[in-house]
Order: sequence, then structure tokens, then C-alpha cells
Amino acid sequence: MDTLAAARAQMEVSLAFHMVFAALGIGMPLLMTIAEALWLRTGRAHYRDLARKWAKATALTFAIGAVSGTALSFELGLLWPRFMAFAGGIIGPAFALEGYAFFLEAIFLGLYLYGWERLSPRAHLAAGAAVAASGVLSGVLVVAANAWMQEPVGFRPGESPTSALAPFLSPAWGQMALHSTLSCYIATGFAAAGVYALGMLRGRRDAYHRAGLALTLAVATAAALAQPLSGHVSAQHVARNQPAKLAAAEAHFHTRRGAPVIVAGIPDAETRTVRGALRIPRLLSFLATEDFDGEVQGLDAVPRALWPNVAVTHLAFDVMVGSAFAMIGLGLWFWLVRWRRREPGRWLLRALVAGSPLGIVALEAGWIVTEVGRQPWIVRGVMLTRDGVTPVAGVAATFFGFSLLYLVLGTALALLLRRLATGAPPAEVVVPRTAEAAHAG
Amino acid sequence: MPADLAAGLVLAAVIAYAVLAGADFGGGVWDAFGRGPRRDAQRDAIAHAMGPVWEANHVWLIFVVVLLFTCFPTAYAALSEGLFVPFHLVLLGIILRGAAFVFRAYSPQSVRRPGRPGRGARRWGAVFGAASVITPVLLGMCLGAVSAGGLRVADGRVAAAGAAPWLRPLPLATGGFALAVCAYLAAVYLANETSGELREDFRRRALAAGTAVVAMSALMLPLLYVRAPHLWHGLLSARAAPVLAVGVAAALLSGWALWRRRPRLARAATVAQTACLLAGWGIAQHPFIIYPDVTVHGAAAHEATLRFVLWSTPFGMALLLPSLWWLFRVFKGPAMGVHDEPSSS
Repeated sequence: MDTLAAARAQMEVSLAFHMVFAALGIGMPLLMTIAEALWLRTGRAHYRDLARKWAKATALTFAIGAVSGTALSFELGLLWPRFMAFAGGIIGPAFALEGYAFFLEAIFLGLYLYGWERLSPRAHLAAGAAVAASGVLSGVLVVAANAWMQEPVGFRPGESPTSALAPFLSPAWGQMALHSTLSCYIATGFAAAGVYALGMLRGRRDAYHRAGLALTLAVATAAALAQPLSGHVSAQHVARNQPAKLAAAEAHFHTRRGAPVIVAGIPDAETRTVRGALRIPRLLSFLATEDFDGEVQGLDAVPRALWPNVAVTHLAFDVMVGSAFAMIGLGLWFWLVRWRRREPGRWLLRALVAGSPLGIVALEAGWIVTEVGRQPWIVRGVMLTRDGVTPVAGVAATFFGFSLLYLVLGTALALLLRRLATGAPPAEVVVPRTAEAAHAG
Repeated sequence: MPADLAAGLVLAAVIAYAVLAGADFGGGVWDAFGRGPRRDAQRDAIAHAMGPVWEANHVWLIFVVVLLFTCFPTAYAALSEGLFVPFHLVLLGIILRGAAFVFRAYSPQSVRRPGRPGRGARRWGAVFGAASVITPVLLGMCLGAVSAGGLRVADGRVAAAGAAPWLRPLPLATGGFALAVCAYLAAVYLANETSGELREDFRRRALAAGTAVVAMSALMLPLLYVRAPHLWHGLLSARAAPVLAVGVAAALLSGWALWRRRPRLARAATVAQTACLLAGWGIAQHPFIIYPDVTVHGAAAHEATLRFVLWSTPFGMALLLPSLWWLFRVFKGPAMGVHDEPSSS
């Protein structure tokens, strides 16, 4: 395993792991704050129980997100020191502001988790809302740094940045920030909905489970319905500004007018064909240019050496879009049943359980489209990934070590979350402050 | 000038991290070395003290890293190459420490003995303690390595020469010193947040850790003189010496206050001691980030970036400091902080 492959693999494992917790860290606080607001408004105990349960899940996932995020800030330098020596001062302002947002999130989360008895109900709710808001802000600011890597601006090659605001000037930022924030709500909402669907399948059709299902799916469905619009804006932007990425995602090899959307299939970069695909005539031209006969650039417009991995990008793109439509279907099914004032049936609940990982799958797949689709560049058009990598030997060892570490942590966390997820909390149980946290010691 | 101010900002963040998160590592040290009839009560008190604040305290490290790579990108690249192994080990420690702390808190209690930690909780507790001991040693070693002169950089790339720059006598001693300081900070803070016999336990631990701090200092002085004369002269220079003198006076005061059972005074003096020692080190290290090849000015980012960071700091702090004040007032305030006994709620 050469250093470049090992460094990319370690970065991929670290980001793929962290991303799940980053998404939950954005989505869970919104759910817990909504539940607490409903409790304060209606006085119904099951809303309080939901808020407390989701607060516990937030505590567990936020801690893992915080430490794995710390690892990433180190790994930027450890794995890509040449990239950071060049770009650290350019993307740094985004991370500097993100630092404040993340700091506020950690502070207000401490107040929220441990302050149930010490803060007034309004102050406690406000702390929860501050966690939710600073979580979104933190995510949006990190995306600014990534957006700059996709579409670098505000600097001249070989020179210092012309503007300290460079990462905020990247035209990719707005649509990426919207798309990724929505995906966090979708991933969290469907993952949590699966817990309550499973509970109801096992016969616990009480107010707690019904409210849990409705609340998570309200957030998730609203976000899932908005996501295709945001995705369309993103795709049009990428078609104009990063044609190689769009072409790879769509497995679109040849520049042409009236280009079809290619669904599924196996792209072959050597023969520039796609085997076994479903083609929807002229749709790609329409989506990218708003004209059924519009010209869409294919991969042939880019030198072969600068192609991303077409098979991976296309597969990830189809997984993302497929998951998105499956989740829209699930959400609409649930709300249709509810609108008719029926109880969710067994098949709907089973489908919700089966579909609960789809949001996380879509999130990871979308990230693969963005990042693999940018290759071989680390900063598109400016610096190749292989020029950014560390000269230090031994990255293969750290890659295997960190993969093993994340595997162990992920397994342990899954077991603890499963324990947390089973059953409604008894009325007297509170967040683990003194006694529970301490007696564990 | 902006580069010096930015370097000062990095130093301030290092001090905040040491004073706040250092005590959380120290808490883990006392968790690992919990002894005697009140061992479980001690662990209760430590978990109670750390719970609400450790994640916020941890963010200061992220600030240090972000400020470094934003304001001094080439220095960050050189550190990442030269300290590749210890940085990875630090990450391992940080990840395991944080994960184990929350995993332990959410692990089931023992089935046979209700109210006692179960097997999973005990295992995560052991991981938490071990990681809390190892991580500050490694962080101290990294700090020692940038001062000791063993980490050489040429044309922005690390020149590999001789033994690993962090496995030399001075960095090793700095690691031990960092561990002793963390243990001292934690014991002094915990003596403030407990009462009765528990307070006496932590007071005795603080006195032991304070002795270790003195012993490590005594070990480091000859090492500095022999191994790092540049730093020795820097520490004794007219710029650094007054700050260090205040630090030594504060150290003596904190020891005296502990002895006379005046924990609040001891806490204030311990904070001042840690801050002054680190500030004195930073002043002595100036203008170097990595002695002798990487300087503050040589590694500084474009001035526009430095100005952005410096100008954004007051606004960021205007949001941050009141929030932090609220957090610490709620959980560490005079009426709330004292942890009498394991509560039963």
C-alpha cells in the first residue's frame, strides 16, 4: 500500500466515521428541542420523555463526533501537510469561525444535558435551541472550507490569498451548505424513526412511540421533500462549474446535445460505454440546462489523466438519488396514512425500519460523489492530491490502526444506543448527571 | 506585528487548554489511581466535576490546532511531519479518553450488585484512566520537542536526523512535568468541589502531585541547562524571568494554601502558576515556533489572513466568554459546585 493510497484510505475512514456523528450532532438537537418545546406547551409527559431520550442520544453521539472531529483537524496536517502548508492560511478563516460555533455548541450542550434541574424551563429550552443553531452554523462553516477545495477563488497560483474571505467567496458554498444541512436532518430523522417503528411493531403503540414516530418523520419528510430541489440547484451548479464531476456522476462520457440520464449500469472508462443501464432520453440536458436539446459536457472534454473514478462516482450518485426517492416515498406513505386518520400498518412500520439507515447511506454516498468526483485534485485545478500527501512513511500502519479503533468504537456505541433505544424511559429517570454517571465509575 | 499577536493568541489558547482541560486529564489520572475506602466516591466526584465541562474544555485544543494551521501553515505542516507518531498517539489517547468517559456513563450497572458499575462500565473506566494518564505525557513531549532543537526543518520539510525528536531527555521530562501539573490541577480543583473526607483525600493527592511538580522541575532545570541552553537563557532573560518569578511565587502560594486548608486560594494560585509557567516558556521560545529553524515570522500566513483571525477574535470571544461564564456559574458556582456525597437522584 503506497502512502497516497493509505493516506486517502485513512482520510476516508476518518471522515466516513465522523460524518455520521456530525450529522446526528446537527439533527438530534433539533429533535430534542422541538420535543421539549412541545412538552412546555402541552404539558404532555411523553414529549418530555422524548426530549430526555434524545438528549442522551445526543450526548453519546456528540462526544464521539467531537473526538473524531479533533482527529480530522490533526489528520489534515498529518496526512496532507503539503496541502495544509499551501492552503491552511486560505481555508483557515472558515475553520477559525467554525471553532467558535463548535465551542458554543459544546458549552450549550453541557448546560442542556446537565441542567435539567438547574435551569429554568425557558433557559433550558433556550440552551437546546442554541445547540441546534450552533450545530448548523458549525456544519455550514466547515462546508465553506470544502467548497473552496471544489471551486477555489480569492487567490492566485503561487501567491498568498488575495482575500482572507476566500473560503466564503467560493460559488459552491451556498448550494453545498444547503444540501448537506438538509441531508443531516434527513439522516437523523429516518434513523430515529426506525427506532419507534420497531417499538410499535413489537406492540408498544403508546403515546410515546406515536409521538416519536410523528416528530422524527415530520422533520425528515420536510427535509426530504426539499432535498430534490436543493439537489437540482447543486447539479446545475456543478454542470456549469465542475463539468468533470457531473459527467462522472452521470457516467456521461461524450459531450452531446439531448443527453440522457443514465440510471444504474456499469461504466467502463476504457471503452467509454455504460453496460446494462437504463436511459431516460434527453432528461440530463433538461436538468442541467433547462433545455431538452442543451449541450452537456462529457468526460471527453477533460484529459483522461484528470478523470475521477467514474464507476465509483456514478454508483455513489445513483445510491444517493435512489435512497432519496425511497425516503420521500416512505415519508409520504406515512403522512398519507396519518392524514386518513389510520394507524400505521405493519408493512409501513417494517418499511420504516428497513429504510432507517437510508438517510445515512445517502449522506455518505453524496459525500463520495463530491470528493471522489473532485479527484485527482485536492484543490480542483490547482493542486493534485498526490502533491499534497505526507512524505512520512508508515501511513499504512496508522490507517489500519485507526480503522480498527473506529470499528471498536462504532460497535460499542451501537450496542449502547440499542440499549438506550429499547423502551420508553420510566418517569423518574433523568439524564445521567451525578449518580448515574458516577456509579458507572 | 500581526504574526506576533497571532502567536500570542496561540499561546493563550494553549494556556486555556492546559488550565481547563489539563484538569480533566488529571481527573482521569485520579480515577485510574483511585485508592482507599472512598475510591468510588472519589470517582463519583471526578465524573460529576468533569461531566458538564470536559467537552467545552476540549475545544481549546481544536482552537490551538486551527490557529496554528491558519496563521502558521508551514509550521503546522512541519509539526505534522516531524511529530507524525506522537500526534497519532495523542489522537488515539484523545479519542479513547472521550469515548470511554461517555461509554462508561451510559453502560449498564452491575446486575448482581445494583448501584455498582457493570463489567462494561469497569472496562471503559480502565480505558478512560489509562488514556488520561498517557495523553498529557505525549502532549508534554510534543511541547518539549519543539523547544529542544531536535526537530530540524529545511525548506519547509522535516530533515530526519538521529533519534525521534520527541524521544529525547528534555521532551520526556516535559511529558512527565505535564502529567504532574495535570494531576495537581485536578486535585486542587476537586478539593474545591468536594467536602468532608473527600476534600481531605483530594487535598492529600494535591500535596503529593505538587511534590511531583517540584521534583520534575528539579529534574528539568539541569536538563535545560545542558540540553537546551538557548531555552535556558531565554527563560532567564529580562522578558521571561519576571513572568516565571510570578509563576514560582504562585506555586509556593498554592502549596502553602493547600497546607493551610484554603482551597479557593490554592485554586487561584494554581491557575496563576500554570498560566505563568506556560507564558514564560512561550516568551522564552519566541521568536521560534520550532527551534531553531521555524520562526513566527518565517511561517506566518498572508497578512490578510492574520488580520482576519485577529479581528474576528474579539467578536468570537464576545459570544464565547459569556456562554462559558454561564456554564461555569451553573456547574461550578459557589452554591452548586460542592459535591457532598454521591446523590441518589
